Amino acid sequence: MTDTLTPVLTDNWDEDRAWTLAAYERRGGYEALKQAVRIDPDDLIALVKDSGLRGRGGAGFPTGMKWSFIPQDNPQPKYLVVNADESEPGTCKDIPLMMASPHTLVEGVIIASRAIRAEKAFIYVRGEVLHVVRRLRAAVREAYDAGYLGEDILGSGTRLDIVVHAGAGAYICGEETALLDSLEGRRGQPRLRPPFPAVAGLYASPTVINNVESIASVPAIVRGGVEWFGSMGSEKSKGFTIYSLSGHVRRPGQYEAPLGITLRELLDLGGGMREGSELKFWTPGGSSTPILTAEHLDVPLDYEGVSAVGSMLGTKALQVFDQTTSVIRAVLRWTEFYKHESCGKCTPCREGTWWMVQILRRLDKGEGQPGDIELLQDLCSNILGRSFCALGDGATSPITSAIEYFREEFEAAMTTPSWELFPPAASTLFAKEGVAS
Amino acid sequence: MTTNDPGQSPLPDPVEGMVTDTPTGEETPFDPAIGPETVAELRSLADRYPEARSALLPMLHLVQSVQGRVTSEGIATCAEILGLSDAEVSAVATFYTMYKRKPMGTHHVGVCTNTLCAIMGGDEIFDRLCGHLDIGSDETSEDGQITLERVECNAACDFAPVMMVNWEFFDQQTPESAIEVVDRLRAGEPVQATRGARITSWREAERVLAGFEDGLVDEGPAAVGPSLAGLAIARERGWTAPSYETQAGTGRAGESKAQAEAEADTRRAESETVAEESPADTKGGKGDD
Ligand SMILES: Cc1cc2nc3c(=O)[nH]c(=O)nc-3n(C[C@H](O)[C@H](O)[C@H](O)COP(=O)(O)O)c2cc1C
Ligand code: SF4
Ligand code: FES
Repeated sequence: MTDTLTPVLTDNWDEDRAWTLAAYERRGGYEALKQAVRIDPDDLIALVKDSGLRGRGGAGFPTGMKWSFIPQDNPQPKYLVVNADESEPGTCKDIPLMMASPHTLVEGVIIASRAIRAEKAFIYVRGEVLHVVRRLRAAVREAYDAGYLGEDILGSGTRLDIVVHAGAGAYICGEETALLDSLEGRRGQPRLRPPFPAVAGLYASPTVINNVESIASVPAIVRGGVEWFGSMGSEKSKGFTIYSLSGHVRRPGQYEAPLGITLRELLDLGGGMREGSELKFWTPGGSSTPILTAEHLDVPLDYEGVSAVGSMLGTKALQVFDQTTSVIRAVLRWTEFYKHESCGKCTPCREGTWWMVQILRRLDKGEGQPGDIELLQDLCSNILGRSFCALGDGATSPITSAIEYFREEFEAAMTTPSWELFPPAASTLFAKEGVAS
Repeated sequence: MTTNDPGQSPLPDPVEGMVTDTPTGEETPFDPAIGPETVAELRSLADRYPEARSALLPMLHLVQSVQGRVTSEGIATCAEILGLSDAEVSAVATFYTMYKRKPMGTHHVGVCTNTLCAIMGGDEIFDRLCGHLDIGSDETSEDGQITLERVECNAACDFAPVMMVNWEFFDQQTPESAIEVVDRLRAGEPVQATRGARITSWREAERVLAGFEDGLVDEGPAAVGPSLAGLAIARERGWTAPSYETQAGTGRAGESKAQAEAEADTRRAESETVAEESPADTKGGKGDD
């Protein structure tokens, strides 16, 4: 049995000046790269494949397999693009990782680029995180100075350049093909597939797109190996991962554990729900994953476990809400987000999210009309599976799941405003402090 | 089904509203004009990419840092450098929320009002700031110091409720702490982000985003509070990951694609899974799978 928490990615975050090269190397940083430059690229791909590492950006696709799709006989340059757009509501793991230890990501990028034989890599980071952009740029600069980037890395004959690219505010740019369009200097709108990025991605060249945490996990896998990685996690969801706990819990934050830990265990570690509060609903992996309730406290938080109860592990963004929270208000706000972020390319999502907001607004005001619940469900079924990209699908998740578990609250919304049933002041972080003092 | 929501026109006209700066159509003087130094820096950004157009987002950030918003002059300059039409550049600029059309205040203050933060107090903070500054969202205080905006989830939910000043983190805010920050900014007093550097200005922040370092990287912590929540417990209880073995044992079992497909659990993954077919296609069926 492994320990309940297994810090690997977070292990050096409490180091003095952890973001610097010196601090990173003090903790064994770039040792994995030194090993990796002596490993044949195909063997690196096999290693990551065999480790069972699955994408940490939401979909859980096997990372090594994705790398193996890059056609190596294609004469075009190959690219690695790191998805550091982290904008899915609730998701907050990649940003602290890059803030505290940007070199973990940079080392992962260098190894992954060697594996897929890319000589140019991009880190597409959302623009709204100034200090993280600073830390990334400085880490890349330090890595060049140390000979980990540029020509002939550590005498291996391979070369790599990394460009840190700041986005400009658009959730949809986290969708990998929209991200590519954005990185090409266009409006960020999803592309039709095929062709898939592995064949025709950035500049129509073979491209791997991976999440920050996926790539940052690679150095540890190189050092620890397949069995080490597999000694953590569950059978089909191997390894360690960062769970992000937020909301009405006493100690919100980042908890790195083997895949398969439960919310009950995490809440326990997090000091339980805040005083006088009990769990009402939660998201397992961001707002696009159907909400769950207290009956799901013991669901193993791995890909299989969460999908078995009709949701998704997603980004492991555990947003926890207590009994003071109006589910209508929560769902309305998420839906407003999807409406705002819908790129407008396809009709079901563009129009559907707009209509859903209208209906939820009147429900929030206690002015729901007979048939509104069915109308919402009908809209959702017209969006789900009919949109051009997964943003549209995700927009339906909070609504359908909320109706499933809290139908009576939607019914109450025919007559009573959410703020009367659930006065917002009671939900705030400062509510308790205010009462106590 | 049609939408008549002014906030979300399905096909936003990219050109209207971007080529001129005032409702009457007259060009306001841009301060300062885009000089040869800026043009050189814009070109240097374009040189960082295999294809110059990739630099457009950074270039627009730089334009904002020089002129305090995306001006028609800035659009024309980017267009010229990249060999695009003004309309093409405008179409991009209007797509992204960080690009501002209206003149900005010295500081940008964003309050996260996405669900988690809103419920944890973000709505109240935003309302109180509006009242205090006597402005609404996307408006600038009379003294020209603060432009206030509601922002979406800023990937700091474990620090909710969150406020951003020039895209620096101000974590775990209360209405009182937020008002204090804003008042200090307006008084020109030094203000330090809770996880980041001392506050400069929105324009200077935009310059860093464009791609130029400002020497403030070493300010602020690596990680604090919630970022260390799990690690602190692990340290306390002596929990660790298993130690690294000598060298990777590379059992080459490898998963079958069907297995992988069955395991990947969303439509996002599904679309990625199909990618495997394509390499074989382009290789003329070389893949024997
Ligand atoms: C609307 C939308 C937003 C997304 N945002 C992100 C994001 O911010 N970061 C991320 O890594 N993946 C995001 N994804 C998933 C990516 O499309 C892609 O699956 C992922 O980057 C692949 O990396 P991985 O295999 O390492 O997980 C998003 C998907 C959608 C549909
Ligand atoms: S589903 Fe929404 S975000 Fe995705 S392409 Fe369609 S309109 Fe754009
Ligand atoms: S909801 Fe505010 S930072 Fe995530």
